[in-house]
Amino acid sequence: MTSPALPAAPAGAAKVAARKRHLPSLLGLNLLSAALGLALWVLLSQLQIAGLPGPLAVLRRAGELVASGALFVDAAASLRRVLIGFAIGTLLAVPAGFLMGWYTLARGLLEPYIQFFRTIPPLAMIPLAIVFLGIGEVPRIFVITLAAFLVSVISTYQGVVGVERVLINAARTLGASDAVVFRRVVIPASTPFILVGMRTGLGAAWSTLVAAELIAAQEGLGHRMQQAQIYYDLETIFVALITIGLLGMVMDRMLLALDKRLTVWQERR
Amino acid sequence: MNATARKIEFDDVCCTFELKGEPFRAVDHVTLSIDDGEIVTIVGPSGCGKSTMMNMAAGLQEPSDGAVRVDGRPVHGPGPDRGVIFQQYALFPWLTVRQNVGFGLQVAKVPRAQADDTVLRCLRLVGLEAFADALPKTLSGGMKQRCAIARAYAMNPKVLLMDEPFGALDALTRVTLQDQLLDTWRQDARTIMFITHDVEEAVYLAHRVVVMAARPGRLHKIVPVALPYPRTEAMRLSSEFLAIRNEVWDAVYHQH
Repeated sequence: MTSPALPAAPAGAAKVAARKRHLPSLLGLNLLSAALGLALWVLLSQLQIAGLPGPLAVLRRAGELVASGALFVDAAASLRRVLIGFAIGTLLAVPAGFLMGWYTLARGLLEPYIQFFRTIPPLAMIPLAIVFLGIGEVPRIFVITLAAFLVSVISTYQGVVGVERVLINAARTLGASDAVVFRRVVIPASTPFILVGMRTGLGAAWSTLVAAELIAAQEGLGHRMQQAQIYYDLETIFVALITIGLLGMVMDRMLLALDKRLTVWQERR
Repeated sequence: MNATARKIEFDDVCCTFELKGEPFRAVDHVTLSIDDGEIVTIVGPSGCGKSTMMNMAAGLQEPSDGAVRVDGRPVHGPGPDRGVIFQQYALFPWLTVRQNVGFGLQVAKVPRAQADDTVLRCLRLVGLEAFADALPKTLSGGMKQRCAIARAYAMNPKVLLMDEPFGALDALTRVTLQDQLLDTWRQDARTIMFITHDVEEAVYLAHRVVVMAARPGRLHKIVPVALPYPRTEAMRLSSEFLAIRNEVWDAVYHQH
């Protein structure tokens, strides 16, 4: 993370300047890419490949779904599941990761299970979750929680294990007890890792959502898509997909902004 | 003041640890004492145990045999009575310069106003008061190490233990920091144990240069530096200085 011998300030300033110069052109490329994608979409829909609906048809359907309120009901249901699952998963993962990183005992006891369950896709737990937890909201949130937890716990653990020894030693020579070292060195030093874990955990939560809504859901974006699939209603599928993408992106941006705020102190390359 | 005036004592100290399953004797029966207000530098080839000596004095490494004493009391674990300066600066990157320097005071629950005064005084001592609110990532290597030195001074330690503190700096910055260190020392006469691999630095700073030998790590030779303080640039070029430097160089590089 730190590079001792480098004259940090001038190099950093030059890098910032370079990034600033590239910023407008990068944004321009992003817009160009979006425009090209849209054009390709229009072209493919004009060719009538597999009944692909065009952007306008999808937009019209989105308008209908907004007008009837169905889109809000579905989005709210899905968002609620993702947020609850993500929150529980993260709240469990951070302390578990800290315990594993800090105490050999906790690492020895917890790590085999976490490494084992990590190799099982959370979706593969759905049949078991249905048997044990029924077909209500609980198994859906359970699967999303599991997905977010497994990603976050590993990241937090690696953050704690990766705290530079010399920082811990420096704190101890300044009179810090183990508890103080933990609170004032280990936690801040592993914050960047926790935030990376949260971002990937959020992605995992969203990617588990649709399948979790296979479990006899009455509403939700995933449920809506499954219904639409039965009726060959491609426009609705597209509306739901784009909504998931946009919601996921907005939440990821929010976490990224939090990350930037909390870790300004990091030396970035 | 201690009657014997011995500030740091290594009393027949051994230190062995496991290295790839093999027992490795890093320090073998070392006896050395450093007087109150004395500057002792330790040089030697890699693997001679000089960093282990420093870790034992800091309390970061327990000796396997013998005793290490600071101010007459056996060392067990690290503590703020011994200021430690690491080669890698070891600043907390999420804290500003001011917060880094105040870290130990805050841990010791020193009242806020008093801590603020101490921090400011230490920042002035190393000339960093203009950068008090900067984050470490914006500082040069020399400034980072000055911040680390201020952080150690803030605890008003009895001794300073410095582990190749200027090793990662460019030659010019290194010389400047050596002079600053000696300036501060002339004001407070704090005992300093200073590890380095730079023979010239070792001679320039010290009352005595301790040369160690490797495998197992042990004392090889102690070279007294009979040059007065303040040490000056002209002194570096004097024949006396060069003679001592050559003697130390010989002791480090031709250990038969």
